Amino acid sequence: MNFNIYDFTEFVNSIKLWLNSVLPPAAADIAGFVIIGICFLTFIVILGLSLVYIERKVCAFFQQRLGPMRVGFWGTAQTIADIIKLVFKEPLISKGSDKFLFNLAAFIVIIAPFMAIAAVPFAKGLHVLDFDIGLFFITAISSIGVTGILLAGWSSNNKYSLIGAMRSGAQIVSYELSVILSLLTIIVLTGSLQLSVIVESQRDGWWIFKGNIPAIIAFFIFIIASTAESNRGPFDMAEAESELTAGFHTEYSGIKFAFFFLAEYINLFIIAAVGATVFFGGWMPLHIGNFEFFNNIMDFIPPIIWFFGKIAAIIFLIMWFKWTFPRLRIDQLLTLEWKYLLPINLINLLLMALVALSGWHL
Amino acid sequence: MTEQELITNIETAPETQEYFINMGPQHPSTHGVLRLLLTLDGEIIKKVEPHLGYIHRSIEKMCEKDSYQQIVHLTDRMDYLSCHMNNEAVCLCVENGLQLEIPERVKVIRTIISELTRLSSHQLWWGVMGMDLGAITTFLYGFRDRELITDIFEETCGARLTMNYNVPGGVMFDIHPNFQKRTKDFITYFRKKLPEYDELLTGNVIFTERTKDIGYLSKEDAISYGVTGPSGRASGFACDVRKRFPYSAYDRVEFKEIIYTEGDCFARYKARIDEMWESMKIIEQLIDNIPEGEHKAKTKAVIKLPEGEYYQRVETARGELGVYIVSDNKKSPYRVKFRSPGFSNLSALDTMARGNKIADLVATMSTLDLVIPDIDR
Amino acid sequence: MDNENLKNIITSVIPECEFSADESQFLNVIVKPEEFRKLAEFLRYDPETQMDYLFCMTAIDWTTHFFTIYHLTSSLKNFTVVIKVKITDRENPNIDTVCDIWKTAEFHEREVYDLFGIKFNNHPDLRRILLEDDWVGYPLRKDYKDEINIVEL
Repeated sequence: MNFNIYDFTEFVNSIKLWLNSVLPPAAADIAGFVIIGICFLTFIVILGLSLVYIERKVCAFFQQRLGPMRVGFWGTAQTIADIIKLVFKEPLISKGSDKFLFNLAAFIVIIAPFMAIAAVPFAKGLHVLDFDIGLFFITAISSIGVTGILLAGWSSNNKYSLIGAMRSGAQIVSYELSVILSLLTIIVLTGSLQLSVIVESQRDGWWIFKGNIPAIIAFFIFIIASTAESNRGPFDMAEAESELTAGFHTEYSGIKFAFFFLAEYINLFIIAAVGATVFFGGWMPLHIGNFEFFNNIMDFIPPIIWFFGKIAAIIFLIMWFKWTFPRLRIDQLLTLEWKYLLPINLINLLLMALVALSGWHL
Repeated sequence: MTEQELITNIETAPETQEYFINMGPQHPSTHGVLRLLLTLDGEIIKKVEPHLGYIHRSIEKMCEKDSYQQIVHLTDRMDYLSCHMNNEAVCLCVENGLQLEIPERVKVIRTIISELTRLSSHQLWWGVMGMDLGAITTFLYGFRDRELITDIFEETCGARLTMNYNVPGGVMFDIHPNFQKRTKDFITYFRKKLPEYDELLTGNVIFTERTKDIGYLSKEDAISYGVTGPSGRASGFACDVRKRFPYSAYDRVEFKEIIYTEGDCFARYKARIDEMWESMKIIEQLIDNIPEGEHKAKTKAVIKLPEGEYYQRVETARGELGVYIVSDNKKSPYRVKFRSPGFSNLSALDTMARGNKIADLVATMSTLDLVIPDIDR
Repeated sequence: MDNENLKNIITSVIPECEFSADESQFLNVIVKPEEFRKLAEFLRYDPETQMDYLFCMTAIDWTTHFFTIYHLTSSLKNFTVVIKVKITDRENPNIDTVCDIWKTAEFHEREVYDLFGIKFNNHPDLRRILLEDDWVGYPLRKDYKDEINIVEL
């Protein structure tokens, strides 16, 4: 078996061949699904745990304190302890709530990021779903999550939850537009929605550098809009703990609360992954045109490290927002989207079309 | 369609229903056990009805059974963030009734500690204000600086929050030898740190958007509702007791009465921030000039106030605290009334919050700086 | 304006009022409940007095009668008047509200109603404010007995 950390294609193919050689074709396919599923579940759990830990530490350092320090070395086992606590807590269901929808909501919320993560290109060849509408698939699937939030708010039989859910609905539907338009701005240049093609198109430089001014504007809009779409501060209107106690998930406890919690962090990862793929070349190392010497040095760093490094940078940026800014009000939030971001975005898209037609990009 | 037609269409076309929400007694931004019954139309507040008394301990009734020395300790538990001023109010009232001559040293010490208490209260308010608006980091910054003041208090009198430092006739112990040095160190430190508060919150676009023109209180309403303290002064009501009826050592220090005329949340915010600068100025004027002498005037073990009525007001961090003692020449008072600033300030909340959104109510409440035990007593 | 002038002004409105300034630092005026409302309106709206700030309002139980006590001052002029209204009816004490003149009185009157049982006529929302709605008795009255919660020494 040939294992190469720069190109996973052969590695994946060899597993496939080996499965086919020991099992009948149908069973081999099923075995493949199961392996992928297990890999993703493990990945998501580790991802969730580490992101919660990172968020706590980052927030603590912004706030001039240490954060969790007691469980494990520098508090590394704290999130594991938290998860154990959440799993063993009683799943309370409040009186008068719609039990079926109440339970369903938590699953819908977690299903959306689970499906979206399948289309994320981790490295060359390490890519589960690589069809030609990859980016469209991610944006479409991740907006299913809002149904879960709306259901959670509606079925909780709690007015705070309902207000939170309604805010969240209005917010996510609006900001979806900006996310997609800002991504479209780059699609104008790539000409394809397939994520592997988008990554490949950045072999001689990332779009944020090559795409001229419109690409930078698009990136800023993307960061703002996707922060809002993932319900994180300063746009955490749906939770707004100082106004609505905990918003749409006020009534959830135990493992179902953990689902909401986990979904938020996986969404954060997906946003960072999409941002990294479209604007920063995904797993593609930093290349400068035909400057071979520099490009070769950069190629020594494995793509998977590039990818996770970029994601970490974007996640850090989003966390920085959250722990610095006060929260907006719901009407200010919608004003920002419909009166500022959307028109800027549309003009920016036209500008990008002009740039692409005139060949002003690199 | 003209704008007017559009408005009437919106008003008449869809049936909307008002609904109620219970904000509290357990709610993160009521800062205690205050219950607000909100009447809402969507997110817009139609009416705010405060329900009080969740921690009513009938301090006024208890005072009728206690001696004058004991009353001082009860007042700590009202407005715990300006406990020293509460104690001072009762002590001044009793000293006034006894016609007691207070040593100069006591007056200066009381003033310095009052201003330190005001600083620590405003620091905590600043942190909580940011947190109510969603900027959680401010909370920790506020507490970081407040900790230094509570350390000074701890060294001075052994307690950090409910200090009980005042007794009728003076202060319980003399100041610690380190007191002057540590206070001066703190002032130099905080003069550097206070601009950081402005950087983090005051200049932030989101913050100004959230607070400007929100929770408006006119000057007439402020006076009519008896809204005092920084909240009243932000509406243009010159109600600083330290200026109008100077007590302790306030008649010998230079400071500015902060007055804003906007009357919105941002003005209330600015008034408190500016007040911190003024407090530091007052402390700086006094800290090097603490006169030598006794820390306590001689009083009898059993204090009996002559028959009559005594009213004393002081400026706490939240506004004007009035202590009204009616004595019938016994060892405990006949009737005590505490005019607490929070009680009057809260009564204006309905006027301020109507027509705003839920999020604005939170901002309005945090700029009123409510302390619930102060309201319920 | 000093206390003498103030006395003259008040006497011109309410001829039968008592003054007592000796035992307190403020000028005290004792009026009957029927005349109180007239005096309050006068002090608030008269251009010479303009007492727009009711800074303290409470009541005292002197076992034979109640006093409701209004500490009034002006934000424009520097003088203070304490109006004391003597209510002799212990069974059904009532007095006119002033919460339309000074809005702060709305809460303070509710508190007095809660703790003393003095009713304020025309008050828009006279309910108990600090105690529970089903509380029996008025705790700050001197004849209030509560054998469970109050420990007599």
